[in-house]
Formats: sequence, C-alpha cells, structure tokens
Amino acid sequence: MGERLTREAVAHVAMLARLDVTDDELDLFTGQLAAVLEHAADVEALDLRGVPATTHPLPLVNVLRPDVVQPGLDRDEVLAMAPQAEGGRFRVPRILDEEA
Amino acid sequence: MSAAASGARTASEVAAAVATGQVSAAAVLEEHLARIDATEAEIHAFNHVMVDEARATAQAVDEAVASGSDPGRLAGVTVALKDNMCTRGTPTTCSSRILVGWRPPYDATVVTRLAAAGAVVIGKTNLDEFAMGSSTENSAFGPSRNPHDPSKVPGGSSGGSAAAVAAGYAAVALGSDTGGSIRQPAALCGVVGVKPTYGGVSRYGLIAFASSLDQIGPFALTVEDAALILEVIGGHDPADSTSIDQPAPDLRGGLGRGVDGVRVGLVRELMGPGIAPDVAQRVTEAAEALEKEGARIEEVSLPSFTYGLSAYYLIAPAECSSNMARYDGVRYGLRAEAPGITEMYKATRAEGFGPEVKRRIMLGTYALSAGYYDAYYGKALKVRTLILSDFERAYADVDVLMSPTSPTVAFDLGAKTADPMTMYLNDVCTIPSNLAGHPAISVPFGGGEGGLPVGVQLLGPALSEPLLFQVAAAVERAATAVFEGRPL
Repeated sequence: MGERLTREAVAHVAMLARLDVTDDELDLFTGQLAAVLEHAADVEALDLRGVPATTHPLPLVNVLRPDVVQPGLDRDEVLAMAPQAEGGRFRVPRILDEEA
Repeated sequence: MSAAASGARTASEVAAAVATGQVSAAAVLEEHLARIDATEAEIHAFNHVMVDEARATAQAVDEAVASGSDPGRLAGVTVALKDNMCTRGTPTTCSSRILVGWRPPYDATVVTRLAAAGAVVIGKTNLDEFAMGSSTENSAFGPSRNPHDPSKVPGGSSGGSAAAVAAGYAAVALGSDTGGSIRQPAALCGVVGVKPTYGGVSRYGLIAFASSLDQIGPFALTVEDAALILEVIGGHDPADSTSIDQPAPDLRGGLGRGVDGVRVGLVRELMGPGIAPDVAQRVTEAAEALEKEGARIEEVSLPSFTYGLSAYYLIAPAECSSNMARYDGVRYGLRAEAPGITEMYKATRAEGFGPEVKRRIMLGTYALSAGYYDAYYGKALKVRTLILSDFERAYADVDVLMSPTSPTVAFDLGAKTADPMTMYLNDVCTIPSNLAGHPAISVPFGGGEGGLPVGVQLLGPALSEPLLFQVAAAVERAATAVFEGRPL
C-alpha cells in the first residue's frame, strides 16, 4: 500500500458511511482495515492495463419486462413495518435547520 | 454426544411416500419437530421455528393427497430457510439487531416455488449477520454449533441451514453463497451444498449482501435431493433482472451416468500450502476413486486464484457498503431516536449493526471513495476477468475441476474471531466460483482430524450443473463404497 491508513481517514470513512463509531472502534478498525488493505496490496501492485473489468459474469444486457401494470405491495402493510408513519407516508426526524 | 442424525429419510423418499399416501406430511413434520425439541437448545440452528405455520402446511398437503389432487414434487418435504430470505408475515432478521421485529410484506420467489411444490417450511435458520462471516459466530443471536461436535463451528455464513440438515431438523435447507457460504458449512457439517450458476436461482426476496456474487442454493443429505430442490427453485424469474432466461435444467436424469471418460482437473493452487494435510488427503482419495470409475485425472494450474481472496475482500465489502445503505431507520427495522435526520441515521446504524458488518461497510466505503476507487475496486473487477480467463483455459482441457471445499475441517468456536484476516482465509477455495459466476458443489467424502467431515468441491463452467451433479453423484457413491461401515 502506498500510504499508511490513518485514524483520521477512518473517521472520515465512518462519516461517509453514516456510522457513529466510538474511539475504541476507530482504533480497532484502523488496524483491521490496514491489515486487509495490506493483503490487497498484491492486487494493487498488478499491472492490469488493457484488462477489461468484469462486473457481471453473464452477458445479460438491457433486461426489460413487458410494459404491463402489475400490482405493487400493499401500502398499509408496508407502512405498518416502518418505525414511524403518518398520513400514508414514512415519518422522519426534522431535515431542515441541520448542519450537514 | 453427536447430534448428527443418522438413518433419516431423504427428501426424495419423503416426497414419494407422502404423494402415495404411505405416510402423512403431518407425521413427517412431527418427526422433525421431535428432533428439534431434543437437541436444538444446544445446536441453535434456528432463529425461529415456524411450528404452527408448518403444521398448517402439512395438513394442507395431506388434504390434497386425500382428495386425489397433485400435492407437488416436494409433498411433505421439510425445508429450513436461511433467515435472509423473505417470508411474508414471518420475522426475517438476517441475524441482525437492525431487522428485529420486521416482518416482510412479500415472499421470496424461492419461498413461493417451494410452497407451490408442496414443501413444508419449518423455520428460519441462523447466519452470520447479513451473511458476512464463515462460522455463524457473527450472529446477533449467538452462534450455531456443529451437530458432529458442538464445540466446533458449523461454518458459515449459512451455518444454521447446514446444521439443520445435518441434525435432521429438516430434510433439506436453502442457503445463500456469496464467497462460499453454502459450500463451506456443507463441508464442515458433512452434507451436500450447491452454489448454482449466477442467475440460475432467482434472488428476488433474498436480502442482498454483494449483489454480483450472491446466489441461493440447496443443502441436502444426498446429491439427488439437492438436484430435486434445485429443479424446483431454479429457472427464470422476471422479478430478478439477473435471472437467466431459461427453465431449470433436468439434473436427476444424469445422476447414474458415471464418470467414464470425464476429464477432472485437480486445482494445484488449492492442494498445497494453506490446505490441511488431512483434507488434501481425502480430496486425493476422491480423485483416485473417480479414476477407478473411468475418469481421467490431471493436475491443472489456475495461477490467478492467488489473487481471488484479495479481489473478493474488495468487491464484496464495496457492494455490501452500498446494499447496507438502505438500513437507515426510515422504512423498516430499528430506529434510534435523535433530533436530526443525519444523527438518526448514524445512531441507528451504530446500534443496529454488529462489528463484522460495520467493518465491511467501512472497508467498502473506503474502497469506493474518491482517490481509491481505481486502485482497489476497479482493479479487483479486472482480477475477476483474469480468474474467468484462467477458468476458460482450464475448461479447454478438462470438463470439471476438483479441490477441497474448506482448507480445514470444522474449527473450535472462538478460534478465529480475534483476527478478521484469519477468518477470511477460510474462503480461499470457494471464492473463485463466485467471482466467475460459475456453479460448484461440495460433497462429503469421509472424515479428517477428529473424525470431522471433509467436503470435496467440484467446479464447472457456467450452466454446467447437469455434468457437475453427474460427477457429484459418482463422488457420493465412491464415498459410500470407501467409508461404509466405518465412522467418519
């Protein structure tokens, strides 16, 4: 690996992943992620210019279904499983007046 | 004392006996429930046993038989489902705190197909949280144990399904295999486990971990039973856009064909360092047994396999981090209370996910983040191409490949939990098939250290299931011939 994984970088990643982490978890993950990335150094070191990427093992392209109306899930049944619902919608905490 | 069942009826036998009225589906179910009562407290294969629902289903099957209507190809066959497959109105947790209390509003396609065939779903089995692990120790509800020796893990992530079949709690089970999560626990628990070709079985209603690798497949006591289940659950499903547009192939027709003239390649990279000698020995014996039946055995090298593990542990976490983004406390599952929405997301995910899921979300987010995408995720996708090319070269010379399924027999609980990398190394033999989208089967072949089961893995190109099952049946017959009358 080109550079050592820092605790600050791991904290930034946790923010990107919307995951609260404790100081202990930060220490633990910094070491463990570095170990996995060290193992991945063999892949990082490969010269793969000219090799195409494989994102799907089989050549399926433009999979479409007939344009026919199908029944969807029952709204009340779906909303019954939500932590909070109101007036046929999911209810969430306030999203305005908040720092990003 | 071993909780492993012996002398249990196979699914094929049950289906035939129930359909002809020789035995009732209700009686079959009660036998399984009695075994669950006897040893489940120790084994912990299930998150949820569906006693009432199963009794109602069995009764409906018996009524169909009594009225003379077709009860289906799996009449009265008990099936355990890994708890990451959606069952309408019945808890589906992925062994995660974040989904506790959630009841899906729909059935997975495999569940619908099993029900239509007269199968009796008996419960939802334990797994490593969201299928991330190789021992079932990452479950939020505690580990499952190996029926052959409860001090050992059953493997994972579908450890509960493997244990349920090995202990006789269900005739067959379904699991999901992203990097070996069906085959490795099958090997460790001494049962048959199949990862079909990617797209061979619908993933609709399978809760996603790594979408380009995940595949549903069966656990069974015999190769024939695994083939029967795959014939029922396989085939095109318009609800899954990655589903192959073909009907499920006939797999049982060729089981008796033998291996005369079949070319079998032993994978050099999976027979040397890192593979326990007791396991390698059994695989060699299995190859010799096939040779006696007329197969041609040769050693084959697939050098890119060396990079498989690294590529997998970049691709799977990357796709995991994307798939896990949906657990945000808004539409289902747990919500931690917080004043603003971002705080709510972060607190909910911190409270709901266990350490391994968090670790993979972090690793995947990093591998996908600006500045690192090309170096890690981008390169890992290219390694997938190298592995596919190696397979293509190998299959120019041989029909199927053979290797161990797991580098070792079942290990002690707690032996590998301290260091994630040690646990990840369990998947070295199984990962290449997932990266290539190819099918593979693990078949029990005798015992290794401590008398614990050893699994032999057979690998084939995309859509080669009929041949793979044919060879697997020959390995199974050889195992019976070689080990009959002897304990594992």
